[in-house]
Amino acid sequence: MTEGRAGGLPWDPVVPAASFTALLQSRGLGPRWSLPAEAGSLEPPEATTVLAFRYADGVLMAGDRRATAGNVIAHRSLQKVFPADTLSAVAISGVAGIAIELIRLFQTELEHYEKLEGSRLSLEGKANHLAAMVRAQLPMAFQGLVVVPLFCGFDEVAGRGRLYSYDVVGGRYEETDFTATGSGGPYAKAHLRGAFREGLTEDEALGVAVEALVAAAEEDSATGGPDLQRGIYPNVVVISAQGFSELAEDRVAAAARRAMGEAR
Amino acid sequence: MTVPFYVPPEQLMKDRAEYARKGIARGKSIAAVEYADGILLVAENPSGTLHKIGEIYDRIAFAGAGKYSEFEALRVAGIRHADLKGYSYARSDVTAKSLANAYSHALGQIFTQEVKPYEVGIMLAEVGETTAGNLLFKITYDGTLSADDHVAVIGGQEDQLAALLRQSYRPEAPLGEAVQWAVAAFQTVGARTFEVHEWEAAVVDRTLGRRAFRRLAAEEMAGA
Repeated sequence: MTEGRAGGLPWDPVVPAASFTALLQSRGLGPRWSLPAEAGSLEPPEATTVLAFRYADGVLMAGDRRATAGNVIAHRSLQKVFPADTLSAVAISGVAGIAIELIRLFQTELEHYEKLEGSRLSLEGKANHLAAMVRAQLPMAFQGLVVVPLFCGFDEVAGRGRLYSYDVVGGRYEETDFTATGSGGPYAKAHLRGAFREGLTEDEALGVAVEALVAAAEEDSATGGPDLQRGIYPNVVVISAQGFSELAEDRVAAAARRAMGEAR
Repeated sequence: MTVPFYVPPEQLMKDRAEYARKGIARGKSIAAVEYADGILLVAENPSGTLHKIGEIYDRIAFAGAGKYSEFEALRVAGIRHADLKGYSYARSDVTAKSLANAYSHALGQIFTQEVKPYEVGIMLAEVGETTAGNLLFKITYDGTLSADDHVAVIGGQEDQLAALLRQSYRPEAPLGEAVQWAVAAFQTVGARTFEVHEWEAAVVDRTLGRRAFRRLAAEEMAGA
């Protein structure tokens, strides 16, 4: 970079022009994922349940709030569901510290592209880019520092919500109706398999999501159920044609109380 | 070895400034004016795709007058600067002031060291928490940086337009009224009526949440 001429402005063309990661790397600020072999003994906070499914207006995504490190509850109110941009959301499972940084980079990447190009990436484009970011983590995954996201959004072209699940090596799989990941994912998925149907309203979908999280928390110690005493409830977001919105905490709290009552 | 002709530095700078000024004067103007919830930017731009006004960061908008390829390069550099800073530190650490300084430095360097100066004038508008916190910066082809209150105009007939807008400006006016001032000022200076599709307009509005930038639809300009 010709720092001198441009007064610190990142001036030189970077290829591909709209990639924020390429820009970071060109300035030597890119994420470096190489670790010595003995780093595998780390016990990072992980384990989670995050889920997503279609409902009448688009897609709903929800996640529990617990972070664990081995047997220890590392954090009780971690946010695992994030807006990716105005029409999509992303949820994380795996090593919290790395996953949150990955999301921050992903969000910046989408906004950077949108501002430079004057238009948003297509939903498929966003999903593919996230897959590449997960794949770039592969050396870390071999060290035990695994990050597996879930991605969903409203496809403006198709006019409907779509969801994508991922695996450790950056495989990207489009799901038709519902998906879940994390240590409690299989339990949540089993619940969704029974509860999912076409055309759920937003209220019904909220109920189903919270019940699935409660079901996962019942079986998996690394998934936190709604904490009625402390007032810690799952993060639930919806993405419809109107864009991303997080459901109000009192609505989630009411759904959580109902779900906990039924779980007893 | 050939010895180049001696040209006095005063003459050199004068020639370059004249060259740049000529290029910018041929272009069309862009005006920024404050209203109750933010800052309105209006340009005369028949192209619906080649924008003169753009989003840089959450609360910061950019406008460029003059040669498209040159201010477009400046816009891209500004977005990179802002995104790098916001990612490395925090979103609130990206300010129009530091961007304006970087632009000023870059344009100053280009003016004195490159073969051809940039034929551009650029403007940065940052919406504050309150109207008193709004910032308007103008940077000229030679890197001269200035801050304006309430009204700023770059390119074309900037002095006439600025004078007209200052006359009609009143604090805390609604957006619709600010659009009317701008439309009236452009039409008076241009001595003609503009078609709806000839406008390009955007706002940075503090009521819009984190990303305050929004382009105005043609209907919003027609309503004026």
